[in-house]
Amino acid sequence: MLLRLLPGDPASSLIAVGADAEQIAAARRQVGSDLPLFQQFIQFVSGLARFDLGTSFISRTSVADEIFARLTVTVPLTLMAFCLAVVIAVPLGIIAAVKSDKWYGAAISTISQLGIAIPVFWVGILLVAMFAVNFRIFPSGGFPHGGWANPGAVIHALALPTLTIAIVMSASLLRYVRAATLDVLGSDYLRTARAMGSGFTEALLRHGLRNGAVPVVSILGIELATTFLGAVVVERVFTLPGLGSMLLLAIEQRDYPNMQGVLFISTLIVLLVGFAADIIQRLIDPRLRGTRRGDA
Amino acid sequence: MTTEPLDVTAIRKSRRKLPPTLVAGLVLVGIHVIIAVLTLFWTPYGPTEMAGGRLEAPSLAHWAGTDRIGRDLFTQIMIGSRIAIMVGAGAVAIGAAIGVTLGVLAAFATRTLDDALAATLDILIAFPTLLLAMLVVAASDGASLGAAILALGIAISAIVARLTRILVKRVLEMDYITAARTSGTSWPRIIIEHLLPNIWPTLLVNFALQFGLAVIAEASLSYLGLGAPPPNASWGRLLQEAQGTVYTAPFGAVAPGIALVILVIGMNLLADGLRDFGDPTRRRSR
Repeated sequence: MLLRLLPGDPASSLIAVGADAEQIAAARRQVGSDLPLFQQFIQFVSGLARFDLGTSFISRTSVADEIFARLTVTVPLTLMAFCLAVVIAVPLGIIAAVKSDKWYGAAISTISQLGIAIPVFWVGILLVAMFAVNFRIFPSGGFPHGGWANPGAVIHALALPTLTIAIVMSASLLRYVRAATLDVLGSDYLRTARAMGSGFTEALLRHGLRNGAVPVVSILGIELATTFLGAVVVERVFTLPGLGSMLLLAIEQRDYPNMQGVLFISTLIVLLVGFAADIIQRLIDPRLRGTRRGDA
Repeated sequence: MTTEPLDVTAIRKSRRKLPPTLVAGLVLVGIHVIIAVLTLFWTPYGPTEMAGGRLEAPSLAHWAGTDRIGRDLFTQIMIGSRIAIMVGAGAVAIGAAIGVTLGVLAAFATRTLDDALAATLDILIAFPTLLLAMLVVAASDGASLGAAILALGIAISAIVARLTRILVKRVLEMDYITAARTSGTSWPRIIIEHLLPNIWPTLLVNFALQFGLAVIAEASLSYLGLGAPPPNASWGRLLQEAQGTVYTAPFGAVAPGIALVILVIGMNLLADGLRDFGDPTRRRSR
């Protein structure tokens, strides 16, 4: 809500340059920016209770409807990228740790170092150059008009953005998986399990997986939230009508209701994801369940 | 041991040896710094000079080709490296100044104030740097280089403040602080003589990492059109312009990215090297 303190009157983007004072006042009344800040805040909060995020200054449409329409792009994109990243990063991270003395273990670690130094939009541009220009397999951007009416076309359009996010995300995820696996490998319980006669793979899967998963799940929660918010850039690369491009447009146009709405929904989703990660951690590790009692 | 004094010198020498990551990092970052300084005096062509045909492929005359209005891309990339270093250094400097001050204050403050600060920082950090920076740029009335630096500096300061707070709290529990306190040293002197030297190495490693992240974030801001406006050739803007012509001149969409990755990897290696260099236990195990 601090956004209202930003300079630049939203009403000024509604009216033509050179409007007289009376026209400006009328425009202000129309968007409600003539009211005191406190009153605007009360209006916003009471609107929230009715699931009403207000009306856009510029397009005069309901903010909530607009956000919902755009979530149908951003949410599938984030989730698909997230799943792909997990599928890439978890096995590779474990291999990088277990086989750290082999050349391919070291190679995986080095490539992930490279991956965290690359900006996500450049990965997108390179993928466009490779798959859309050279091989002409995927479109370089855009989103089908009917939306999810044609799932095949949507998935085709989201393939490159998904791959872009997944590549960058798996690079940082891989490092955490590798570190967690190295911790497991150095642990006493794994040595004990081996000494008691279980095979290396069996010991790693039965004892290591659960222990190693705890720190990784909390990182997964943060990564998912970051990816959701970071979709801004990727949506720009592929000109997707998602939540990120809505925020970008709202910033350019000083469309405060849209800005507020996007930030409110994003914050809500980030908090929910963090909450879900906490719950999953407790399910995996029984030791975390009782800690709150004596602690706080 | 006493019969072999040479051994001691050998150990001393090996301790003084710089870790290879530090050397590699210094070289990669050094190249960029030299280029950045060079652009102040000389560039192959003028930054706005239309030196060749449009969208030329790389050649001896134009090492990275030309852009869509015939400007030399290699010149632009060189200037981009100056912009990137200015943004990185500026943002880290602002982030360090605000962050270290806030962190030290939080560690010394009353419990309630400290808790409030810690909670605020956690919320700020949960927001990605880029989004925070976008909002600051939006708030500062129009995109400019200064706004981008300020925005990234503010985002970095939250991360630095949280780290500083934790480090200071850890050091304050040490016996040598109690000893200094008992012998009558004043708090300002303790901060300068005991506190800062002990937290400095860890902070320095973090600054190097933040520098790299700031360079990436600035490129992303410029890519979104929220960074330095046109006369400043930011790598992000070069890539954004080249994306439109990627069908005809793919090299323009590759070269600025390579320059960026070299600088960021250099900074990451520098951070790794500094960590190894500053931590004797890690140094010896190598």
